[in-house]
Amino acid sequence: MPSMRDIKEKIASTKQMRKITKAMQMVAAAKLNRAQATAQDYSAYADKLREVVASIASTLPKGGNSKHPMLASRPVKKTAYLVITENRGLAGAYDSTVLKYTQNLIREKHESKDEYLILVTGKVGLNFFEKRGYPVALSKTDVPDTIAFDDVLDFAKQAISLYDTKKIDELHLIYNHFVNAISQTLVDNQLLPLTDLESKPKEKVRYVYEPDEDEVLESLLPLYAEGQIYGALLDAKAAEQAARMTAMRSASDNASDIIDHLSLSYNRARQAAITQEITEIVGGAAALE
Amino acid sequence: MSTVHTDIVTPAGKVYEGDVHMVCVRSKSGELGILPHHLPIVAPLDIALVRLKHEDEKIVDYVAVHGGFIQVGRTSITILSEAAEKKADIDVERAKKAKAEAEEQLSTLHETSEGYAEAMLKLKRSELRLNTAAIADAVPEA
Repeated sequence: MPSMRDIKEKIASTKQMRKITKAMQMVAAAKLNRAQATAQDYSAYADKLREVVASIASTLPKGGNSKHPMLASRPVKKTAYLVITENRGLAGAYDSTVLKYTQNLIREKHESKDEYLILVTGKVGLNFFEKRGYPVALSKTDVPDTIAFDDVLDFAKQAISLYDTKKIDELHLIYNHFVNAISQTLVDNQLLPLTDLESKPKEKVRYVYEPDEDEVLESLLPLYAEGQIYGALLDAKAAEQAARMTAMRSASDNASDIIDHLSLSYNRARQAAITQEITEIVGGAAALE
Repeated sequence: MSTVHTDIVTPAGKVYEGDVHMVCVRSKSGELGILPHHLPIVAPLDIALVRLKHEDEKIVDYVAVHGGFIQVGRTSITILSEAAEKKADIDVERAKKAKAEAEEQLSTLHETSEGYAEAMLKLKRSELRLNTAAIADAVPEA
């Protein structure tokens, strides 16, 4: 049985730990607010962009015969997966869900390493894939907590240029989508070639394209694809902060439980000590009589 | 005179919002001046200044728009771009520094070498910022 002093020390150290996890929880909550605000600003842009892209796509001939390479599916020889993870850990199952899913997906779909490429953000993901010898083509580990468009533009451009130069024939985005503060769901989206543009625009407006449709698509689609990657990173960041908040909250709760438990055994030990002392005194007095 | 609702939207949020009488942009194929009730049109934009004239012709807003495109709908105009700044929001010092950097890069690079196009774009953007910031304000009414 541990001594009273041992228990007391343990209680003190657990309390320290609870302080830290509580602080981290609050920091994550503040960052989550900010991440949500950024995501909101971005969604105005994304909605407009999507509307225009969809309205152009709806005027194109059906069957995917469009001339622009980003809209046309080609035989898939190499698939790229853009996996979004984070740098620090301490966010519960946030990273492992994404990484496990990717691992299983690759095991099911591909037989050799020549058939796929990994693009990854975040140290956790990068370490995971490098350790296991996956072909990592592109990585970014310096994503800040408040992401500005400029921060990710280079990365997005590089990812898209892999597709443009035909090094890859498909680009998938795998990340945690922010549903609300207590839940995140895994998302696996095909980004390139763009296929899910068939969403109906609210009111059908026939636009004139200046100078012509191809020219407009030429500058519009890269913008759209870059925007999608940025949007995914924002979404994943919000999910990360939410996951960290939840993880830290349960860590604090667990610390409280442990402290309760330890206090109980501390009091028991204290009482036992007192009882023993009394017994000794009484025994001593009885021996004198 | 009628007006049309105009938004300038970037990934970082709305940069400009207001009812204006005329929007002047430089598209990839040339200058466009758009008045209310314009035919719906979509056009990619150059890295250039956008002028937004208010109903009172003396008031003109200037926004530096770095590429993107303009979408003119039946009732509203939207300019979508990766970056845009109002005249008042431009950081002149930073733009000057960026311009100097870009010029330095350009002096060491050849037209065909890698990075030339990027440096050229950087120069264009910083010049646009400086030019926009340098526009004199319209004389305020007495």
